Amino acid sequence: MAIKAHIMDEEGIRRCLRRIAHEILERNRGVENLGLVGIRTRGVPLAERLARNIEEIEGKPVLAGTLDITLYRDDLTMVAPQPLVRKTEIPFDVTDRRLVLVDDVLYTGRTVRAALDALMDLGRPQSIQLAVLVDRGHRELPIRADYVGKNVPTSHREDVQVFLLEVDGEDKVLITEQV
Amino acid sequence: MSWTRKHLLGLQDLSRDEIQLILDTAEPCKEIFTRPIKKLPTLRGRVMVNLFYEPSTRTRTSFELAGKWMSVDVINISTNLSSVAKGESLKDTAKTIEALGADFVVIRHYAAGSAKLLAETVQVSVINAGDGAHEHPTQALLDLFTIRDKKGSIEGLHVAIVGDILHSRVARSNIWGLTKMGAKVTVIGPPTLIPQEIEQMGAEVSYDLDEVIPHVDVINMLRIQKERQVAGLFPSLREYSVLYGLNRRRLDQARDDVLVIHPGPTNLGVEITSEVAEDPRASIDEQVTNGVAVRMAVLYLLSGGKDIP
Amino acid sequence: MSLLIKGGRVIDPAGGIDAPADILIEGGQIIGVGTDLPAAKEELPAQGLVVVPGFIDLHVHLREPGYEYKETIASGTRAAARGGFTSVVCMPNTNPPVDNKAVVEFILAEGARNGAVRVYPIGAITKGRRGEELTEMADLAAAGVVAFSDDGNTIMNAVVMRRALEYGKMLDLPLSVHCEDVNLAGQGLMNEGRTSTLLGLPGQTRAAENVIIARDVELARLTGGRVHFAHVSTKEGVELVRRAKKLGLRVSAEATPHHLTLTDELVATYDPNTKVSPPLRTREDVEALRAGLLDGTIDCVATDHAPHSRDDKEVEYSHAAWGMVGLETAWPVIYTHLVLTGCLSLIQAIDLFTRKPAELFNLPGGRIAAGQPADLVLFDPKKNQRVTEELLVGKSKNSPFIGQELQGWPVYTIVGGQARWVDEIGR
Repeated sequence: MAIKAHIMDEEGIRRCLRRIAHEILERNRGVENLGLVGIRTRGVPLAERLARNIEEIEGKPVLAGTLDITLYRDDLTMVAPQPLVRKTEIPFDVTDRRLVLVDDVLYTGRTVRAALDALMDLGRPQSIQLAVLVDRGHRELPIRADYVGKNVPTSHREDVQVFLLEVDGEDKVLITEQV
Repeated sequence: MSWTRKHLLGLQDLSRDEIQLILDTAEPCKEIFTRPIKKLPTLRGRVMVNLFYEPSTRTRTSFELAGKWMSVDVINISTNLSSVAKGESLKDTAKTIEALGADFVVIRHYAAGSAKLLAETVQVSVINAGDGAHEHPTQALLDLFTIRDKKGSIEGLHVAIVGDILHSRVARSNIWGLTKMGAKVTVIGPPTLIPQEIEQMGAEVSYDLDEVIPHVDVINMLRIQKERQVAGLFPSLREYSVLYGLNRRRLDQARDDVLVIHPGPTNLGVEITSEVAEDPRASIDEQVTNGVAVRMAVLYLLSGGKDIP
Repeated sequence: MSLLIKGGRVIDPAGGIDAPADILIEGGQIIGVGTDLPAAKEELPAQGLVVVPGFIDLHVHLREPGYEYKETIASGTRAAARGGFTSVVCMPNTNPPVDNKAVVEFILAEGARNGAVRVYPIGAITKGRRGEELTEMADLAAAGVVAFSDDGNTIMNAVVMRRALEYGKMLDLPLSVHCEDVNLAGQGLMNEGRTSTLLGLPGQTRAAENVIIARDVELARLTGGRVHFAHVSTKEGVELVRRAKKLGLRVSAEATPHHLTLTDELVATYDPNTKVSPPLRTREDVEALRAGLLDGTIDCVATDHAPHSRDDKEVEYSHAAWGMVGLETAWPVIYTHLVLTGCLSLIQAIDLFTRKPAELFNLPGGRIAAGQPADLVLFDPKKNQRVTEELLVGKSKNSPFIGQELQGWPVYTIVGGQARWVDEIGR
């Protein structure tokens, strides 16, 4: 793996999340009936940061939860051994709520597809929106993000790697390439 | 830690890390009980055969539910329904199951070693749901899960297993699992129901429940089969109950935070009184829930397993 | 027709011979043993081979009549010849059992007609082997049985056993007893102990064997009858026989190659080929049996060759038939595990297969001397091969030794001057 580009640093990520927080509030007209759902692994700290941003801006807390989509993946027959299953922790009823799914990178759209199925099994949300830090293109399913930190055109050979303080000890986004 | 096994035949074979992984995977699986839609698409299109040579409502239902909640198609074969009763051998039946395209076979059999024989015969993932007095790994895993859930950790606990140790696959699997997870195990029962050299498995032996009960964190009460009395292994159910039954008086001798478990079905009034079974310290009903979660975890992990290492 | 076996190392425990020598055979008999014998029509070069009396097995199951799908007299004796045996004594648990003269005559006739080696039947002690009424023992003896046994079953009623020993005295034939108290043995499938506990298989206590050995020692004392303890497997059993012999009682004992080399830990594979009665015991028992061989408490090695078809064996352990084949592998097993390891001298080991069993059941052969029947086996002390199903020439392949590398294979078996086994690969 070779590093091709350093596309975001700590400050860049902070600004993106601040902007997305504003956009979410604007579009949903406040935090009423709103719930953020971070997709494991890196969607979780992102959702928490968005929640903090929203609370700072709005002065009201917003609900946030964690979604593990492993049991909804469509590639389980192709991977061995099985990936680790972890807990889904959504401490609110999703039914009739406006949900915002949060993930680090939007790529093929398959993770989001799995997440949508998982959320539907938990109840009947009023709506589901999608927020991602990076959209790198190459969708394989008809899925688009409502809130995008940064659009980054990439090739298939490239990989977008998001590092977050809570998980990786630092904040940055890299484009790497197989050599 | 990743899972590489194709079969689950017993806890004797498993490492501490593997047991840990099953319990960790069962944790999120248990969450499904709180959902309105109890169905995961995970194993869509997979087929599981429950092959039961011994009657069992609990274990079979638990596996069936675990399979269904993971979207597995479940077929039940039991001795009185199929050609097994007509003298068809286990090997023949196994071949048929394989030809039907099954991905998992859950086998319950009265003969020790049958699960292993099946695993050697077919290409399908074999899950031992109890073979003779040998092993019943998923029961022990759900016991471990329940203990960990209630006590936070298994390491360092003292667990008493009380009853017919000689004929109990649950006891054997529990001894393997508990000792691997760092617990101390004492088996308790009349000498006629304690197998020879059980100490070699890492368990201590006592014939006196009253002496041990104040010191333990967990009491696992085994079901006593009435046939054992007929076979002359103890004089009467009355005397068995007096010596080894768990009643209010005995429970009062135990620690306040003692956990009472029982693989079920209980012989109320024999090995355990209904008063004790309903006590908040007993987790007998929750074990049923945990059983489904553990079996979901096992199905999930085995579906990615390649072969016997 | 004359044959000269030339250049081998001749060992005959009965005659105290261990020297390079030639053996001249004519008319089915040994004519001479020495170094300057006259030439014969045919010559068998035996350089590098050991020439010994044909082996004698006091305990085999040939399954005919009744269970021909497991083994026949023809196939079982072929296995015997392959293993270097020139005489086998077959047990009466056939169907019908050998409890009447007609079956004795059938076995003798079939043995003479189609047997590769000499066949000596054992008669049942009780009618139908049910342990209740004595068979017509004198009639059976007259027809040609060499001993009596209800093998597989123990006569649980001590009175019946007492009467059999008393009545048998007038015939002076031994009673070969299978020692297993059926109540103590219960549903046990393997030796009761650590391994049975681990495996969850019902254990069979060693006491089931010991109490019957103790009982029959007492009955031998009471009656003066001859008791031969079949397949002794426990250290206590060895001790009981040792004490009985010290008292001068007329008792003898055999041990099998499997009990002399395998332990119950092998059952951990759940391989039904490890299921045998009496069950495989512990390392301590194996050691005690070997000590018994050395001090003469155990008189001889016998195989308890018990063939079972695949269908009888490839089932759940609890359903599998009891027993294992042993004729083909007996000598290489003992040679590899007891002789090459220094536990027994070569001449001691040969003695256990030849002179001793011949004397116990009063059978011809078992020695190399002029005038003796020309029953000989030539084995190759260097020949090493892995036991495979193909190597077993009987009908059934239920051997726990499959996969083992063994040495000292018989390459040439001669019965009454006729070659009955020639190892094509070895020659």
